[in-house]
Amino acid sequence: MKRFSFFALARNALTGHRNWAQMWRSPEPRREYDAVIIGGGGHGLGTAYYLARNHGMSNVAVFEKGWLGGGNTGRNTMTVRSNFLREESVPFHEKSLDLYQGLSRELNFNLMVSERGMITFIQSSAVNRIALQMANTMHIYGAEYRMIGLDEVRRRIPIFDPSPDMRLPITGAVYQPRASMVRHDAVAWGFARGADARGVDIIQNCEVTGIRRDGGRITGVETNRGFIATPRVGMAVAGHGSVVAAMAGIRLPIVTQPLQAWVSEPIKPILDEIVVIRSYYGTYLMQSDKGEIVIGQGCDPYPSYAQRGTFPIIEDATTAMLEVFPRFRRLRLLRHWAGMLDMPYDGSPIISRTDVPGFYVDVAGSGGFKTTPAAAYTFAHLIARDEPHPLAARLGLDRFSSGRLVQEGGVSANR
Amino acid sequence: MLLIPCPWCGACNENEFICGGESDRKRPTDPAAVDDKTWTDYLYNSTNHKGMTGEWWWHVHGCGKWFTIRRDTVTHCIESAPGDQT
Ligand SMILES: Cc1cc2nc3c(=O)[nH]c(=O)nc-3n(C[C@H](O)[C@H](O)[C@H](O)COP(=O)(O)OP(=O)(O)OC[C@H]3O[C@@H](n4cnc5c(N)ncnc54)[C@H](O)[C@@H]3O)c2cc1C
Ligand SMILES: [Zn+2]
Repeated sequence: MKRFSFFALARNALTGHRNWAQMWRSPEPRREYDAVIIGGGGHGLGTAYYLARNHGMSNVAVFEKGWLGGGNTGRNTMTVRSNFLREESVPFHEKSLDLYQGLSRELNFNLMVSERGMITFIQSSAVNRIALQMANTMHIYGAEYRMIGLDEVRRRIPIFDPSPDMRLPITGAVYQPRASMVRHDAVAWGFARGADARGVDIIQNCEVTGIRRDGGRITGVETNRGFIATPRVGMAVAGHGSVVAAMAGIRLPIVTQPLQAWVSEPIKPILDEIVVIRSYYGTYLMQSDKGEIVIGQGCDPYPSYAQRGTFPIIEDATTAMLEVFPRFRRLRLLRHWAGMLDMPYDGSPIISRTDVPGFYVDVAGSGGFKTTPAAAYTFAHLIARDEPHPLAARLGLDRFSSGRLVQEGGVSANR
Repeated sequence: MLLIPCPWCGACNENEFICGGESDRKRPTDPAAVDDKTWTDYLYNSTNHKGMTGEWWWHVHGCGKWFTIRRDTVTHCIESAPGDQT
């Protein structure tokens, strides 16, 4: 791997930037691998990277049916945070933030981590109670999450101007200083480059169409590039979990739902923090590095693989935004898109063995960009050792039969 | 925006309804007799089919009726099929 540096930049400037090396190879797939990862989003590529880096497994391939990061990784709104309710969730998400903080240096690739903080408005006593509970749980794990008054809200968000007759008046807020924005494409590309440098084969335009088993055990995958033998398959396909798991004869506790986001034309810097309105179910917005106001809300309320969203969500979120920031009524919408999320029944990610020996599943769930490094780190551990990593031990499928769910349903809108 | 065909009110906007999930889900007739795996599968797992799917809808902000339709989860085409429960 050619390292990126100031000198590399200067050297390549001399030759008109025509001689930069490819960031990763595009090899012919081998006939056999020690492990195959299905899905070239952040989760799959990160898993391959950590298999090689932490477990010395480099005879590994990642199969991606489209292009790297073309699924949800390249569609999300880039927010990473760890304000969660359950003791299973907080350390897991904190691990992700820790990893994100070091990854730019480790991968020699700028993930543009921007620690701008998240402010969640409190508009009901129920949310007030949940926010306090979250703050206490997080405090136990050393994560800062604190209630702030309207004075501090006004100081941090000078354009805060809620309409006096709004239906659910804002009485305060809760603040996570460490919440950040991270450049999403860079996460996929950085992990891909790091995995490739350690010998992992990344194969794009390669769809897995079947999973072959012999006496229950995994023997390989069928692809549009032929059969590839492998004893271990890790699935990280976000919006296609049920489709791929069905190839191995497995049903999962998930429903595939669209999630939308839309951005305005770019404007001058006006909003530093990530802001959540009608918290935990509601609308969130922030300003991107390019100056666009990025707006999102919860999932569309019914299953769909259409990768496009329904209008009532846009209308609802816009209403919420204008109640607090009436000046945004003159913004013009520039782009709108949707991704597809596999929503687990309890709202928490799934990182698990399955009833088929050698077949492992990672379901990113509702807010799986923030979990990318931690999920990849622990999923690689699971695949390499057939043992769950302690941080993800409670995120296995067995929680559904034991009844020990990790309920985070209420945070689904609050990417 | 989907138009959901309520058998009582006719086609209405999707935000008058709540989607009630897959219609082929069958509750085990004797829950005490089935093993944990079967019960867990009934409670939590879904086929989550990519394509034509039978599903329950509830006209919660209308007449209150529960009924089933067939909807394609890729194209969003809706059919009411014979045998639909209304
Ligand atoms: C609009 C939107 C906003 C979001 N905002 C946030 C946010 O702010 N913060 C946050 O934490 N999360 C957010 N998310 C969620 C987050 O994007 C996803 O949870 C996360 O990116 C999932 O990563 P992944 O690598 O598992 O999946 P993906 O990036 O979707 O990658 C899965 C890949 O698998 C491939 N694939 C599927 N089937 C096959 C097959 N049979 N063979 C080969 N390849 C296959 C797909 O092509 C895809 O590239 C958002 C999502 C959306 C849609
Ligand atoms: Zn009706």
